[in-house]
Amino acid sequence: MKWIGVALLAASFLLPPFLAGDFYINLASQILVAAIFALSLNLLVGFGGMTSLGHASYLGVAAYISALLTSRYGLGHGLAALISIAGTTAMAAFFGVIALRATGLGFLMITLALSQVLWGLAYRMSGVTNGDNGIAGLTRPMPFGISLESATSFYWFALVVATLAFLMMSIFVSSSFGSSLKGVRDQPRRMAALGFNPWMIRWITFIYAGFWGGVSGLLYVYYNKYIHPTSLSTTSSAEALLGVIAGGSATLGGPVAGAALVLLLKNYASAYIERWNMLLGLVFLFIVLVMPTGIVPGVSRLAAALRRGTP
Amino acid sequence: MTSLTTDFALEVINLKKAFGGLVVTQGVSLAIRPGERRLIIGPNGAGKTTLFNQISGDLRPNSGEVRLFGTDITQLAPYKRAHFGLSRTYQIITLFSGDTLEHNVTLGLLGLRTARWQMWRPLSYYGDLATKARRTLDAVGLLHLAEHPVSDIAYGEKRRVELAMALAQRPRVLLLDEPLAGLSNTERTQVKSLIASIPRETTVIMIEHDMDTALDLAETVTLLNYGRVIVDGERDAVIADERTREVYLGV
Repeated sequence: MKWIGVALLAASFLLPPFLAGDFYINLASQILVAAIFALSLNLLVGFGGMTSLGHASYLGVAAYISALLTSRYGLGHGLAALISIAGTTAMAAFFGVIALRATGLGFLMITLALSQVLWGLAYRMSGVTNGDNGIAGLTRPMPFGISLESATSFYWFALVVATLAFLMMSIFVSSSFGSSLKGVRDQPRRMAALGFNPWMIRWITFIYAGFWGGVSGLLYVYYNKYIHPTSLSTTSSAEALLGVIAGGSATLGGPVAGAALVLLLKNYASAYIERWNMLLGLVFLFIVLVMPTGIVPGVSRLAAALRRGTP
Repeated sequence: MTSLTTDFALEVINLKKAFGGLVVTQGVSLAIRPGERRLIIGPNGAGKTTLFNQISGDLRPNSGEVRLFGTDITQLAPYKRAHFGLSRTYQIITLFSGDTLEHNVTLGLLGLRTARWQMWRPLSYYGDLATKARRTLDAVGLLHLAEHPVSDIAYGEKRRVELAMALAQRPRVLLLDEPLAGLSNTERTQVKSLIASIPRETTVIMIEHDMDTALDLAETVTLLNYGRVIVDGERDAVIADERTREVYLGV
């Protein structure tokens, strides 16, 4: 039974390039990018109990650094990617020191404020970022000389990175450090009394989440070949947070399902109704009412109940 | 500094703490010898738990000193005190309710190991942690529930898990905050014999309202009232003291 599920899941990721047209393959690529982003946010929200409303900072800054280095300074994609990930991770380390002075709502507000500063900078520092016009005419990298220009080749590239990200983050949360993290989420005071350093555990997780947020940002800018300040906006952070909560925080599959849901709604529904945000709100409301813990835990509970019902 | 300081497992020297105008600890001093069984009593609001919170580091005193085996730990973060051999339990049960009993006790063991920073090996890789956790659960009579989540077990059993988490750490000094609170008579007897069986390497300091049970466990007693030490000394002397009757026994 479990293997059928795994096989179906693998097929749903492996088949699109063979069956679907370019529109759907591109949509699938976008889902993969959003999934990495949501997974990294979920390290904070689901496993660390740190609800961030500024995670787009890491996606946006990584994308901007790569865009600027490759287009303006003519750096190669490899070096630009390294600098951009290193820079984003360092920024996460710095922002973490500021944001982790608080927990709960205070933490959320600080992450929101920090991301708003970056968003404002991207808009106003038009000398560097080209402001509201964004930076266009970017190129995709050519890993090992393979062009990623076609929808299919980019999809395979994104799938490899997403799989790696998923595995790395799974190992992280299943490790004994992951146990420390979940403990600090549930009972910080008790964990401190037992000898754990809650602040350090949160900070390390914050940096790791920033790192993978940066990776998703690179894929994001490679895919779009364009970057605009909206990628740093609160909407961008909130969409991912919505996906994480809808899909099921504190699970590994939840953010992937949630990211897929948000993107499908955005792309599909926006073709038929203008206010797709309203539809997203309704769907979100439905999920919260029917499956308060999210799609993935909700569906697996449903499946378990069905299995018990059928002898 | 005199060499006398190391004669004590825990020393509290002239500790003061106020929340705004409300003074909750007014110059409390205690000296507890290694292996001693100390009971701290006092009416509600006497500042017993606040004192514990300052010893464990959850609260910072305004002035005064806390020494563990002669080392000044007043400014240390709570987690560092745990590495110095200080463990505590909570008056309000503070467990990981979604996790199994075994996992709860394992966390207690993990807290003192460098493996708590391990980012690619699962907890199950450290097989001896599980073995030790099960041994501790066996000692508190809960081995048969090891695989159950804490949310499934009874209140009295949770109290014992609280104790197991602290005991698994083999602390040098153990603070027990009302370990008998809310227990039935049978459970009370169980927990009492459990506390009595704690090895002498561990110094035990206990807050408890249930005098009948707790006095049997104690060698020395400190009576607190309004954040002050009223009487302090050998158990029988403190009980016989007129001030104890006045403040606590209400006779």
